[in-house]
Amino acid sequence: MSPETAPRREVVTGEPRRVRPLPRYRTQAEIEEQTALGGAYVRSLMRSQLRAGLTVFAVLALVAGTLPLLFAALNSAALVWAVLGFATYPPLTLAAWWYVRRAERNERDFARLVEGRPTP
Amino acid sequence: MSTPDHTASWVAVALVVLATVLVGGFGLRISRTTSDFYVASRTVRPRLNAAAISGEYLSAASFLGVAGLVLLHGPDMLWYPVGYTAGYLVLLVFVAAPLRRSGAYTLPDFAEGRLESLHVRRLVSILVVGAGWLYLVPQLQGAGLTLKILTGAPGWLGDVLVATVVMVAVAAGGMRSITFVQVFQYWLKLTALLVPALFLVLAWQGDGRPRVSFDDQFAVFRADHPLYATYGLIVATFLGTMGLPHVVVRFYTSPNGRDARRTTVAVLALVGLFYLLPPIYGALGRLYAPELRHGGDADAAVLLLPARVIGGLGGDLLGALIAGGAFAAFLSTASGLTMAVAGVITQDVLPSRGVRHFRLATVLAIAVPLAGSLLVSRVPVADAVGMAFAVSASSFCPLLVLGIWWRRLTPPGAIAGLLLGGGSALLAVAITVSGAVTPPGWPHALLAWPAVWSVPVGFLAMILVSLATPGRIPPGTNAAMTRFHLPEALTSARGAGRER
Repeated sequence: MSPETAPRREVVTGEPRRVRPLPRYRTQAEIEEQTALGGAYVRSLMRSQLRAGLTVFAVLALVAGTLPLLFAALNSAALVWAVLGFATYPPLTLAAWWYVRRAERNERDFARLVEGRPTP
Repeated sequence: MSTPDHTASWVAVALVVLATVLVGGFGLRISRTTSDFYVASRTVRPRLNAAAISGEYLSAASFLGVAGLVLLHGPDMLWYPVGYTAGYLVLLVFVAAPLRRSGAYTLPDFAEGRLESLHVRRLVSILVVGAGWLYLVPQLQGAGLTLKILTGAPGWLGDVLVATVVMVAVAAGGMRSITFVQVFQYWLKLTALLVPALFLVLAWQGDGRPRVSFDDQFAVFRADHPLYATYGLIVATFLGTMGLPHVVVRFYTSPNGRDARRTTVAVLALVGLFYLLPPIYGALGRLYAPELRHGGDADAAVLLLPARVIGGLGGDLLGALIAGGAFAAFLSTASGLTMAVAGVITQDVLPSRGVRHFRLATVLAIAVPLAGSLLVSRVPVADAVGMAFAVSASSFCPLLVLGIWWRRLTPPGAIAGLLLGGGSALLAVAITVSGAVTPPGWPHALLAWPAVWSVPVGFLAMILVSLATPGRIPPGTNAAMTRFHLPEALTSARGAGRER
């Protein structure tokens, strides 16, 4: 890249200003103004998300906590090699996929609640 | 058997370095704005971003270290790659989306945004720079080892080469160019292990499938308390991933919290795919390069196998491919870490901000670990990385998890947890590396694998001191919690204007 051919670089700082729309729903306003009711809504969302996260984490902890004991009891290096080397990765990815679906569903349900739409 | 031909390896390393600089240069051309420079304008879509994250994450410890450890100590060491992967799952379920929504670019940003305290920010900055440097040293040392084995160059040359390329690439192009470099390097790393592995397995079958024995290992684990050491490893890697500076910075390049989550799933798949390969090298290494168990350079197993097993021109070419992949591993992780550490130095150490100061910070960020890698004696690559994970798990993990999910966290609590958890882990690591406590006995085991006790210490200190100082709960806590957890559908119109 020689200086003649390179396009002129411009440093643009700052985000374009956006007009802040008024909240469309009353519950949304409650949340934004941090009223007691709005706080309760956010807490309920957090609880459902934390529950999903803790579910995955508990299963992971249970498996990771018992596997070393199991390996020590069986004392088979080939088994350890096969399980740790190859069998662990698909379940890890599946657990992640399940969690994302669950978390996004929680958020959709929450949005419905806020917008006052009935859950299907 | 033949000694590898050095020309092919030199060419491969030169090509990777050249490609990195060129792809970085391409990024530089389109990296127009300050926002591009730091966070790729937050527009990196999940799939591209996942490849970039994976490319950055798969370091020398993964590319060379895991196979070396399996060769040396047996299959128990495969807990390392399992932990590196599972760490992303823990990151996903507790941190990913809220961290993105917090709008924090670095961990110090998160700490200040959540706790509204400059003291916490300073402390986190120090720990981030420390952990980043701790993680950079083995990357540079691995590069030195690789270049020495493959080309016969003096040991320091690889360290200096990687440090220089990283400095140029990061300082010139910033985050956007690094994103493209890392996507390219993920696929390069995967290919560089996959293709030789196929040939090696074929050669092994041609040999009549000799049985690999793991029974003759002279030390099952490096500890005399193998079960404790395994748990130490599990805790450190599962919980430490979320706090690694280069991992955190990457999340900010996602457009929003939902994409940050989806990106993480793709990362798990890509990282898991890559980790299917090192166990194969470890097992074949025991068969074809058993003498490495006694030499000390077990990290070289991956590099030596093609010449050993296949030999001739084919072996040289496959060896060159692996050499190129190994260099991609050093370059990508080192660039990501340098980017993250330099970001913190720019914001919290140097007097004024701006791209010029970022470039100065880049020099600082890489020069210190380079000096360290040249001065400190070599610790096995995966071990050194494991120590960085232990420090991160004991300090940043409590800060992130409690910061995101617990409203009663206070600045004094955070400081107590960071100092007691992270500080004690750091101290334990320092004592282990200095060699003051030697292997047989519990003291060494407890200090070499500190995470089992230092993570609870960090969490407990943070919780107890926070409960003792209820008057110090930051006034903006509820607003922060709302920002972290509210889905984009309900905030997008406001959130966009609020971020930097």
